[in-house]
Amino acid sequence: MRTVTVVGASLSGLYAARELRAQGFDGRLVIVGEETHAPYDRPPLSKEYLTGRAPEEDLALTDAEEHAELDAEWLLGVRARSLDARGRTVVLGDGRTVSTDGVVVATGASARTLGGDRLAGVHTLRTLDDARALRAELTGGERRVVVVGGGFVGAETASSCAALGHTVTVVEAATLPLVPQLGPDMAAVCAALHRRNGTALVTGASVSALHGTTAVTAVELTDGRVLPADVVVVGIGAAPNTAWLAGSPLALNDGVLCDDGCATSLPQVVAVGDVARVGGTRAEHWTSATRQPRAAVTNLLAGRTVADARSVPYFWSDQYGVRLQFAGRRREGDSVRVTEGRIADGAPGEDGFLARYERAGRTTAVLAVARARSFTRARRELARDTRETREAHETHGVPA
Amino acid sequence: MIPVCRLEDLPKGESARVGTTPPIAVFHTDDGDLYAIDDTCSHQDASLSDGWLEGCLVECPLHAASFDLRTGRPTCLPARRPVRTHRVTVDDGLVHVHLVAEQDATEDAFEEDSAA
Repeated sequence: MRTVTVVGASLSGLYAARELRAQGFDGRLVIVGEETHAPYDRPPLSKEYLTGRAPEEDLALTDAEEHAELDAEWLLGVRARSLDARGRTVVLGDGRTVSTDGVVVATGASARTLGGDRLAGVHTLRTLDDARALRAELTGGERRVVVVGGGFVGAETASSCAALGHTVTVVEAATLPLVPQLGPDMAAVCAALHRRNGTALVTGASVSALHGTTAVTAVELTDGRVLPADVVVVGIGAAPNTAWLAGSPLALNDGVLCDDGCATSLPQVVAVGDVARVGGTRAEHWTSATRQPRAAVTNLLAGRTVADARSVPYFWSDQYGVRLQFAGRRREGDSVRVTEGRIADGAPGEDGFLARYERAGRTTAVLAVARARSFTRARRELARDTRETREAHETHGVPA
Repeated sequence: MIPVCRLEDLPKGESARVGTTPPIAVFHTDDGDLYAIDDTCSHQDASLSDGWLEGCLVECPLHAASFDLRTGRPTCLPARRPVRTHRVTVDDGLVHVHLVAEQDATEDAFEEDSAA
C-alpha cells in the first residue's frame, strides 16, 4: 500500500494512524477530520472541562513532536462525502478527492437531537464546540438546567452543572436511567446519586415540546408537566456517522458491519471506534476506540483478518465525586451481588462497593463505585477467564 | 522525609497511598523492592496506587497507561508525560519516602538522558 487514508481525526482515527506507523507503514498517510481541531479527548468535556478544572489544552491527544513523527497530511475542517465502489477514492465535502490504496473508517458518531427548530439555550454535548458553547452559558450565574436523557453523558453533565451551583433536573424516558448498561438493581443504586446530590430526577417521561420563541424557556413533558428551563442539554445517545458511505459497497446497519477483526466487506477497508459494528457489537467506549486500531491496522496491512479486535468491554463514568467502572458483558437475567463494600439506603456506601454479575456460577461483568483497586483485580480476572473460555472453545469447540 | 507505614504492613505486591500534596504511591514489588512515585496518573485523574503492579511496572486503573517505577516514565499510551520518582528507605522497620525537590519530572528525565 502506498497511500492509506484515515477518515476521522478523533480518538480511534489517531490511534489507527499511530498503529500504521508503529506497524511499519511508511507510505503516504492522509487523515481527514470534519472538525477543525487537532485530535482531542472527549470524555473530559462533560466533566473537568465543563466545570473549568481542565483548560482546553489539557484535552489535546497529540503534541508537535508526535505530529512530526506521524508525518501525515492532515485535512481538517472538511468532511468525507463518499467512498467509491472499489473503496479507492474518498470524495471530500469541498469536492477534492483523495486516491488511496487503503481506508480506515473512523468517522465516529453524532449526538442525537430532539429535532424541531433550534432554540438558543438548547445544547448537545459531543464536540469541543458543543462544550465551549455550553460552558459559556453556565458561567453567568445560576441557571435552571434540564438535562434530557439520564445516560452517562446526561448524568455527568448534570453532575457538573450541580457542582457549578445550578438547579438541575434530569428527565429520563425509561423507568430508571442506565438499565440497559447496569441492569435494574445497580441502575437504581446509581440513580440515587442524583437525588443525594440535589439533582431532581424525573423518570418515565419524555419531551413533548420545547417552549420559547428565540431562546428556550421551558420543557414540556409527555405527562403534561412543564419544567422551566434556561438551559437544556440533550443527551439521548449518538448515531454512527455512516451517511457518507451510503453509496459504497460497505454493509451498514447501525454502523459499518465488520468481522471480529474490524475488516469490512472490502479487503482494503477497515472500520474502528464508535462507527464500527465489530463482530455484531457497536461499543461507544473510549477503550474500544483505542484498542481496536491495533488489530484493524494489522488486518488492513495483511489484506485479510489475522488479528482479533475484540476485548472485554470497559467503561467508566465520574459523577458527583464518585467513579463508576464497569467491565464485561452483562446479559438480561444475570444475577448481581455486592461482594465488597456496601449499599446503604439504596445508594453507594461511604467506601463504595464492588458488584459482580453472574450467570451459571460464572462472573459475566463487574461494577465498581468508588472502588478502583478492587475493580482493577476483578477486571483482570474477567479478561483472563474470557480468554481461557475463548481458547477452550477454539481448541475443543469445533469438531475436527 | 515522610513516614509511610511499617514494612510488615506493606507486603510484596501491595501499595500504599500517602495523602501528601500531591499524593505519593509507594509500591512493594514481588521481588522485594520498594518504589515511590507521584500517585496521580500524568494522563488523567486516577490514583496509581489503585493500579495493577507487575514487576517494576504499574498500570493505571482508569485507562491502562503503564509506568516504570524505576524511572517514572510511561511505557505506553495514553500517558505521555512521566511521573516523579521519590527515594524510599526503611529505617528500623519503618518505610520512609524522601520527596524530590519540586521540579518538573520532564527535566529529571532529561538530565538522566544527558548523563547516559
